[in-house]
Amino acid sequence: MDKTNQNRFMKYLRTDRLPNIFCPGCGNGIVMNAFFNGMERAEIDFDNLALVSGIGCSSRVPGYIKCDSLHTTHGRPIAFATGLKLANPELDVVVFTGDGDAAAIGGNHLIHGARRNIDLTVICINNSIYGMTGGQISPTSPTGSYGSTAPFGAVEKPFDLSELTKAAGATYVSRWTTAHPVQLANAIKAGLQNKGFSFIEAVSQCPTYFGRKNKMKTAVSMMQWMKAESITKRRAEKMDVTDLKDKLIVGEFQNKNEAEFTEQICKLIGDKCTTGKPSSIKSAFKED
Amino acid sequence: MITINEDLCKGCNLCKEFCPLKVYEESKIPNKKGIHVPCPKNENKCTKCGLCILMCPDQAIAVDDKDED
Repeated sequence: MDKTNQNRFMKYLRTDRLPNIFCPGCGNGIVMNAFFNGMERAEIDFDNLALVSGIGCSSRVPGYIKCDSLHTTHGRPIAFATGLKLANPELDVVVFTGDGDAAAIGGNHLIHGARRNIDLTVICINNSIYGMTGGQISPTSPTGSYGSTAPFGAVEKPFDLSELTKAAGATYVSRWTTAHPVQLANAIKAGLQNKGFSFIEAVSQCPTYFGRKNKMKTAVSMMQWMKAESITKRRAEKMDVTDLKDKLIVGEFQNKNEAEFTEQICKLIGDKCTTGKPSSIKSAFKED
Repeated sequence: MITINEDLCKGCNLCKEFCPLKVYEESKIPNKKGIHVPCPKNENKCTKCGLCILMCPDQAIAVDDKDED
């Protein structure tokens, strides 16, 4: 294929790794496209970007993107990203995480990142199941959905990650599905521009496990289901609570301005440091 | 001009389903990998909105808007 007619996001990808490992119709690729689109429109410098991910299908995304990336231990991407951001506050740090990564094993890191309001953009690809390990029920699986650990349907109630991070103190929270790629890109753009903890929940499809176990065998049928079940927040506010059962509320949940953690820490160090101006890790390599 | 990279396409048919103008159609003949790569049959209907580029999970679709001046 000649280079003149290439996909417009190909310049951001590690082309030697393609085609990617994701199953046909996986939502991770759509979130990746929405991220590139949002990044272009937020005018983020691609060279100044650092991606952090944990473990899971969704956390494989930074492996395909041609920029600095950290693939960390299970559930700890926000903890690693906090250290990265504090060591070099000039970086734009984006965390790619999944529902099992952010809500189950890394639930505490998520709420404490939101509590601190540190300037990170967390993109949580929520496919409601553990896709990489064989379709186990995750903390965001809807009640009654089937998985390999719930052959008679999940009994427990799912986590509402957007409401959780909003309550924990995140300054930008938004939820869209992969069936709304334009709105998702807008949310990622707003999250990247927001100074503070931004949480974007991208509800995604897993046709291989969630779809197969819940009578939606193709990505197309899963996305049509997501599109039919989603209701915007503005419409949902006017509706009765009983009508909203099993519906997916999408939209912007939080957008406010509050004091940011790294700025406060840097200011504190500057005020209290007695041995001159503190320098970041990056400047340690420069000869002054 | 719409080009689909056959090395990258996995045949999920999301482009065919979500194109607002139904530009894509499923091909009858599978390629060497056994994948029915969609073909842009109704390319003259295309308005270059770029939704298929956003929707393609495998970054296989390229829409060139330079050829029409």
